[in-house]
Amino acid sequence: MTHRRFLILFLSALCAILVLVSVQSSGAAQVRSAANGKKVRQAPQTDGERVFQQNCSRCHAAPEGFSPSIAGTVARHMRVRASLSREDEEALLRFLNP
Amino acid sequence: MIDLTGGMASRPTVPSVENAGVVCVRRRSTNCHFFVTPYIASRGSAWCTRDDNQLTIAGLLGDTSRRDRDYRDGMDRTLNGPRILRLWARYALLAAAATSVLPNALAQETPLLSGGISFFTNTSRGYTTYLPLTEPLLAAPVGKHLMIESRAALLESFLPRGNGMSGYDHSYTAALTYVQGDYIASRHATVVAGSYLVPFGTYNERLSPVWINNLQDGPFIANLPFMATGLGGELRGSALSNGRYSIDYAGFFSARSDNEQFNAMRSSGGRVDLYLPQERLEAGFSYGRLLQGTRENFYGVHLWWEPEKTALRLRSEYARGAHAEGYWIEADYRSQAFGGLDSFVGRFEPVFRIQQTFRIDNLATDGLPSTDTQRPEIGIDYNLPHNARILTSYSRQFSSAGDHNIWETGIVYRFLFPAWKGHSK
Repeated sequence: MTHRRFLILFLSALCAILVLVSVQSSGAAQVRSAANGKKVRQAPQTDGERVFQQNCSRCHAAPEGFSPSIAGTVARHMRVRASLSREDEEALLRFLNP
Repeated sequence: MIDLTGGMASRPTVPSVENAGVVCVRRRSTNCHFFVTPYIASRGSAWCTRDDNQLTIAGLLGDTSRRDRDYRDGMDRTLNGPRILRLWARYALLAAAATSVLPNALAQETPLLSGGISFFTNTSRGYTTYLPLTEPLLAAPVGKHLMIESRAALLESFLPRGNGMSGYDHSYTAALTYVQGDYIASRHATVVAGSYLVPFGTYNERLSPVWINNLQDGPFIANLPFMATGLGGELRGSALSNGRYSIDYAGFFSARSDNEQFNAMRSSGGRVDLYLPQERLEAGFSYGRLLQGTRENFYGVHLWWEPEKTALRLRSEYARGAHAEGYWIEADYRSQAFGGLDSFVGRFEPVFRIQQTFRIDNLATDGLPSTDTQRPEIGIDYNLPHNARILTSYSRQFSSAGDHNIWETGIVYRFLFPAWKGHSK
């Protein structure tokens, strides 16, 4: 395969990704307030949920349920792996085992 | 023929696969089929997989997947299944003893067993390989500041004999991927000691577990030297963190030694990440330096982006060594438009990855392909309920050594449960 064909393939894939992003972003824009353009949250997000989304779910999906007795171990493991602060670890623990 | 017994005090220049002639030696003729490659020989050990040799299936140096390389490196330390079980039993006893004296602090901190069980198939150049794999992980908090964690890999490989011979060989490999103690020294610093995953780039630490990776194979650049497991110490943590940005760091020093040779391979380096939570954008820089023999520098950058309110993830990484460089870009997406992520459609996860490597010179092999290589990969994963996942992918590899297709399918089950019955809050 020539480099040109490879480049075309790569650019095509990149375009497809950008189209996906734009379509999804337009859907997300519907939750913005028409009056002032500020984002309107569909549901309140706890600190723990924010920590989970910003740190844990960037790499992996959430496991479907686990024993509360290991919630602290999971949070501490994430603290080391994702370099969380102590506050974030505590928030994550409250989210995992409220 | 490469000498299997000679110790190497430094990383010598070794011939490339193309020029080396017959460089493979069958270590075990009946049920195990590991071979010698120049890179492995340069490190004074003798384990690699058959894909690394031109006489075998793929015929390219660097074809060995990252996962296989981890097992091979683990075998360097001559661990076997029973020994791993004994080691884990010791850690479990240690954690149990600590738990018994610290009951109040550990109400939610029962040691856990997690990991993945998978069955993979890989078809390349008309040959199909079957790879049942188990990757258990143990995490055991000890007190408020200390945690011991370890991950192992148990692999049974069924590979076609090739070279015109029918039938399959099989091998069993068990290895500890890492065993480390984490001491949380302060809110900004965690000290890690033991055998740890080297913090260079993102793939090694974050995406290499079998239950996380979207594709069976790791990227080529994950095969760069020292990018698997280090032995020594690491300092890591969050330097700054607020609602607008956070800066994380990790620095390591490794003096890893193969016990067959007592020949340390010293290296050091680290990584710095900047994460912007509002933009959901992360950029990082990694640096590593081999301190043994020929001193070489390695550089890496990574960029991750998750557009807000989408289930699209874009990940990319670039690494450059003294003799080769490469990058990979991966995108995966789950639609939320048809009933959410847990709907039938939402459980589909298309994956696309493109990766390229560029050979600067062939003065020494470094785990990357010996010729410029390009590999686009397209996959569709399906996230089943109850932590199971189906992975399928097709890729085509282009290089001057020959183009070929790679078909991969597999299923992964992730488990997570307490190591023993604890006190739930």
